[in-house]
Amino acid sequence: MGVSGVLLVAFLTVHMLGNLQIFLGAHALNSYAHFLKISPELLWGFRLAMLGIVAVHILAAIALTLENNGARPVDYLREKSAASYASRTMIVSGIIVALFIAYHLLHFTAHVTNPEFDLLLDEQAKPDVYGMVIAGFSNPLTVAIYLIGVLLLSWHLSHGVSSMFQSLGLRNRRSACLIDSAAYLYAVVIFAGMAAVPAAVYFKLIS
Amino acid sequence: MNVTLKVWRQSAGEKGRFERYEARNCNPNMSFLEMLDEVNEDLTNSGKEPIVFEHDCREGICGCCSLVINGEPHGPEYRVASCQTYMRSFKDGDVITIEPFRSKAFPVIKDLLVNRGAFDRIIQAGGFISVSTGSAPDANSIPVPKVSADLSMDAAACIGCGACVAACKNGAAMLFVSAKAAHLNLLPQGLAEKDRRVLAMVGTMDAEGFGSCSNTYACEAACPKGITVDFIAKLNRDYALASVRTKLLGTDVAA
Repeated sequence: MGVSGVLLVAFLTVHMLGNLQIFLGAHALNSYAHFLKISPELLWGFRLAMLGIVAVHILAAIALTLENNGARPVDYLREKSAASYASRTMIVSGIIVALFIAYHLLHFTAHVTNPEFDLLLDEQAKPDVYGMVIAGFSNPLTVAIYLIGVLLLSWHLSHGVSSMFQSLGLRNRRSACLIDSAAYLYAVVIFAGMAAVPAAVYFKLIS
Repeated sequence: MNVTLKVWRQSAGEKGRFERYEARNCNPNMSFLEMLDEVNEDLTNSGKEPIVFEHDCREGICGCCSLVINGEPHGPEYRVASCQTYMRSFKDGDVITIEPFRSKAFPVIKDLLVNRGAFDRIIQAGGFISVSTGSAPDANSIPVPKVSADLSMDAAACIGCGACVAACKNGAAMLFVSAKAAHLNLLPQGLAEKDRRVLAMVGTMDAEGFGSCSNTYACEAACPKGITVDFIAKLNRDYALASVRTKLLGTDVAA
């Protein structure tokens, strides 16, 4: 969980920085998007690697949850736990985030939910990612799904990021406070950065 | 003061259920276990089966007492074992739930008494150092850095009660195993067998049916001896290094 978590966090950081280029205008975002797709071999190699990491993270989560549920066969009448709510509900937030990622890929990558995105082209007759994002977030239901998705993602990260340091043995008393605070801040930054795009489009701050 | 108890009663091979008992005229300064003694006295006098619970020193150091009081292992007080919990921590008229430590690896023997033999088997797997017996070595003949001695002493404070397992939603024993492994791994006397110890203790822990750590840190909050989750991070680190050295490179920390 820890190792796949580190790789997913690295991807997420780059993904957020990529998204934020929408605030630099259509040209910046589109040329970044075209740069990512410069080589189909590289693109698909990267996509398959990411899917592999996600699969490892999900399969490990399922195996651990089954094992851990079995290790406490009878529950307490009303347990009073000192553990944070986020840390106790990682599987729930994880399942919701997985469903959100599936929707997100069908929406913006495969265009299954919106086949008309295929027809959006910029002045160089290349795919118009900027136009697609503007069109995609004009629907309030889609915006709501994205906001809930990234909220749950940040909730998941609020425990997951510091947890991966612990699992990999890279946390001690001296660094614990710093790691926990930085992890929490990271979760907030990811929420702000990820939610900024759908919110800005919906409230017509960019069009 | 008067309190109502909801106590878990279970015989071997039975499913278990809660029974209600009244504890009347408790002195606020009597310990929780003394209150149970009084209830058991009444039960015995009225020809009923007394409540079985484990206890020994009643001084918070042996690690025998193993009650979950109102959903918290060892009750409401911070860094205190069940035996050192006093009735003044509760209010007159309270309904107090008493349950055994719940984990697959700690099967209930009867009522509130659980079998913690799994901990003994983990210790047998690696919670020792191998030394030739003979006369005691001279004091200070092996230099121990002060930092290591202090940390090792913190880890050695673990009394092996199992509250960490009881508090963990995954029934994981990582706080116990990490404390017992770190206690020896931090000292020069324990270093020679460090890799073998870590792999053997973690292997036995998994085989005994404990769950795995998801870093909720509920264990640290429940520990009557204040063992910190830093030792779990150290165990994770030591386990990763021992695995690489032993399984990948075919060597050992001592080699």
